[in-house]
Amino acid sequence: MKLRQTARLTVSVATASLLLAACSSSSSPSSSTTSTPTSSTSGGLKTGLKVFVIPKNLGNSYFTTADSANTGGAIAALDALGETGTETSGTTDTPSSQIPAIQAAISKGANALIISATDPTALCPTLDSAMKKGIVVVTYDSDAPTCRNLFINQATPQGIGDIEVDLLAQQLHDTGEIAIVSASADDTNQNTWIMYMKQELQKYPNMKLVSTVYGNDDTATSTQVTQGLLEQYPNLKGIISPTTVGIAAAAAVLDTAKYRGKVALTGLATPDEMKKYVADGTVKSFALWNPANLGYLAAYAAVELASGKINGTQGQTFTAGKLGSFTIGADMTVLLGPPYVFNASNINNFNF
Amino acid sequence: MPPDADVALGGPGLSGLRARVPWAFRWEAGLALIVVIIGIAATAASPDFLTSNNLFNLGLSNGEIAIMALPMTLIIISGEIDLSVSSTLAMSSCLLGYLWARHWPMIAIFVVIALVGVAAGALNGLLVTRVGLPSLAVTIGTLTLYAGIAEILLGPNTVSNFPSAYTNLGVNAVPFTGNSITYSTAIFVVLAVIFGVVLHATPAGRSIFAMGASPEAALFAGIRVKRIKTMLFIVSGLICAFAGVLYTFRLSTAVANNGAGLELDVIAIVLVGGVSIFGGQGSIPGVVLGVLAFAGIQNALLLTNFNQEASGVVAGGLLLLSVFGRNAGSYARRLREWVQP
Amino acid sequence: MTATLLRREPPDSAGASPRKLTERVFRIRESGIIVVLALFVAVTAGIQHRFVSETNIQFVLVNTTIFALLALGETMVVVSRNVDLSVGSVLGMSAYLSADLFGGHHGIPIPVVFIVGLGIGLGWGMVNGLLVAAGRVPSLVVTLATLYIIRGIDILIVGGGMVTANTLPGSFTGIPKATVLGIPYLAIAVAVVIAVGAYYLRSFRSGRELYAIGSNPEAARLAGLPIGRRTLTAFAVSGAIAGIGGVLWAAQYGTVDSTAGTGYELTVITAVVVGGVAIFGGSGSVVGAALGALLLATINSALYVLGISDFWDSAIAGFLLILAITIDRVISVRLTAALRLRSTRRAT
Repeated sequence: MKLRQTARLTVSVATASLLLAACSSSSSPSSSTTSTPTSSTSGGLKTGLKVFVIPKNLGNSYFTTADSANTGGAIAALDALGETGTETSGTTDTPSSQIPAIQAAISKGANALIISATDPTALCPTLDSAMKKGIVVVTYDSDAPTCRNLFINQATPQGIGDIEVDLLAQQLHDTGEIAIVSASADDTNQNTWIMYMKQELQKYPNMKLVSTVYGNDDTATSTQVTQGLLEQYPNLKGIISPTTVGIAAAAAVLDTAKYRGKVALTGLATPDEMKKYVADGTVKSFALWNPANLGYLAAYAAVELASGKINGTQGQTFTAGKLGSFTIGADMTVLLGPPYVFNASNINNFNF
Repeated sequence: MPPDADVALGGPGLSGLRARVPWAFRWEAGLALIVVIIGIAATAASPDFLTSNNLFNLGLSNGEIAIMALPMTLIIISGEIDLSVSSTLAMSSCLLGYLWARHWPMIAIFVVIALVGVAAGALNGLLVTRVGLPSLAVTIGTLTLYAGIAEILLGPNTVSNFPSAYTNLGVNAVPFTGNSITYSTAIFVVLAVIFGVVLHATPAGRSIFAMGASPEAALFAGIRVKRIKTMLFIVSGLICAFAGVLYTFRLSTAVANNGAGLELDVIAIVLVGGVSIFGGQGSIPGVVLGVLAFAGIQNALLLTNFNQEASGVVAGGLLLLSVFGRNAGSYARRLREWVQP
Repeated sequence: MTATLLRREPPDSAGASPRKLTERVFRIRESGIIVVLALFVAVTAGIQHRFVSETNIQFVLVNTTIFALLALGETMVVVSRNVDLSVGSVLGMSAYLSADLFGGHHGIPIPVVFIVGLGIGLGWGMVNGLLVAAGRVPSLVVTLATLYIIRGIDILIVGGGMVTANTLPGSFTGIPKATVLGIPYLAIAVAVVIAVGAYYLRSFRSGRELYAIGSNPEAARLAGLPIGRRTLTAFAVSGAIAGIGGVLWAAQYGTVDSTAGTGYELTVITAVVVGGVAIFGGSGSVVGAALGALLLATINSALYVLGISDFWDSAIAGFLLILAITIDRVISVRLTAALRLRSTRRAT
């Protein structure tokens, strides 16, 4: 019947034309190579670069603070430098959600990528091919150590590990059982911090780490693992949760007459999340850095790299706008600075 | 299908693709049009869409989902459903990591994974056909069970030291075809042809349509419903295990949450492709177009500056449109009846 | 004399005996879960006595409340041969939007926030119901699509924001923590709601009609049951409950972002099926579903308390589900046979 034949014809034509278009564009040079930036200005740095900021996932307030223009984060720095900054990523904290966003950025002609890695190795095939194309790859917050040009570290892992343990030791008077509520077990930064925490603990022979549990950065799971800890270890005196989701969940559990003041809590958190718990005494002090500064620094570093002013060798220095001057350390890493300690006396000065 | 009907409809031909239900083929035509429209709109919105590089990326991100959609199509047409696909993928990925970390040779690992895939599918199939349980409930159970096994295997760890000979799947294109075809795309095309031939040109395929359209009639017609359904689940398990290997090598990482949530995407693709959730209707070319539509839209959104956060809305909207589109004919009829009682 | 001897059963209305038999079976099924639960608690408490400490029981009860509530709504949908996959997304959206009210409108009364949450859930529930009832689209597909769509809209609204605990009044976050005689108020409230729901489904005609629709839609249609209206109601109730669940979620966890409630639909359906509700409708009880939710939460807690890697949690839940539906299948086969035997016996 005519209808059937027409339909069959349409299907074949449609598929054929799509394939033809694909093949023809593959024979001509791809239009998606990195775009050439306009002439350079401002202290030898290139302008007009296309820079993509790719956090672990969208919808995380920590990253929104780090990346946004209105918080003084990465895109604010890029705007100030005359580049085009775009934030993009997937919606879940997994490599398979982040990779398409990275690939799309490359297709759109990125000159530089600023990435918080969802996994230390899963992104490497994509990132390696980006670097081969001449795209600058800078990681921030969470590293992919073998496949990037530079890593912007918020604080030395040792600094973070040390401060967490020291803050808790202060509250516990150096004695007692403690536990760690972490995020996901394959998180690069989490595991490095925990390793340094264990080292620092050796300074406090009367403090014992009885357990490390994983809340997977999911509120309900973090709550349940904390509850399990409290039941399994009735003598638990302190908890460290170096992840904003984990510490918020643990604080909610401990925020009762029974536990407040009896089980100390510290970790890494944004001031806004902890304001209530610092006010009612569930949490005495905790640490963080300014995520906006982290993003800002990462942006400057990426532009410096893309402009050829630095190439990641240890000892090179560059200036990052309002943050001042930075020196590149070992393993192509740049350090933001020491962690910042928040407590009742200063927490209300911050709004992120 | 009575022989005279065959003649009346223009002679023997490919079952399911013929006009047994005339509008079914119109569905593929409409979908093809939609795919073309998506392609045109995307290219207009972003010059990077139809580049070989982008098509390569598209193939990379969707290869495993597309491959898993093929056995799912047959299962849904036969009147069942398999929600455990992504967990089988995860289980296979973790098994790969687990055995590799214990220095098993890769060939042995592949054999074990194939066997586990078969076993996973067989469990589904047996529970559905021998015990007589509804596949929706069974595969929700196995979805959870297999995901759990994946977690038990690797726990919180990852394995990522796979040799580059394998992980290059995620980087290199198939040689001699230009730079746009990933290995997973090529495998998908081959499998699509095989599944298409089985479904539309063999007696087994006709049986699958029959048992989906009317299980009792199929039974009385002498079709071995239980055996075929069990085979379908086994094939699904095997293919998903294979997809798990592809996925792991592409990401060069084996971890317990690999593939989490993909079953919804697979089912959405199959439904968009014109397969009826009630069984008995659908086609492989339709599902291929469904893959193109679904993946094409997601990819296009990424390339334009569309807010990725809304991609879920688009996926859900596409799904709804596809089922309402299918029912458009009956709505028109009911509206007509309502207007002129 | 022989006549009366033979006629043991009083010759009352034909429906009573089979009804009593099915009810007895339901009660056996529910008590089956209670037995498993009791055994489980006993064994775990034997290994780690703190499992049954007051605080842990409170933890488990509070963790169950949201799922038990969701299970109530889901049961109504499932017994009428539908499924609602969108409950997790509805919960997430309601949790954020309602909790966000506190930040934007200081001093807003807590009941108003609950009503807003209920309204959001009710709205989406009606969308689902209309699409299924009027659109004649299978609920699996509709609620799969709305799962995507609602979560997508939620992500768009929330963006990178979050509601933090300091914007929530203490009276709100204290709701899950308030106890009377050691039992959380919330658990008691939910138990009451479940009892009301169970009574409605058992004793109101509209409730029983849901079962009829689920067990044989064609017959129900021919009997003139208002299928469209009942379906719409079931989805509306399921959505409204998910909306309230969202408000409770915010009260319990204090910090809400766009990921709240992700994946909950799977847990709820598992609870419902473990609790004895047939996935294709027609049978099952709300009490059973709530007990299923309690069982899953208990197992979860036990794993954490015992320090067994929680990675066993999913495997155990999946195994339980398969076990439950297999048992239900065996029971229903026997039940059908017994009922058929009775009706043929009565006929002769």
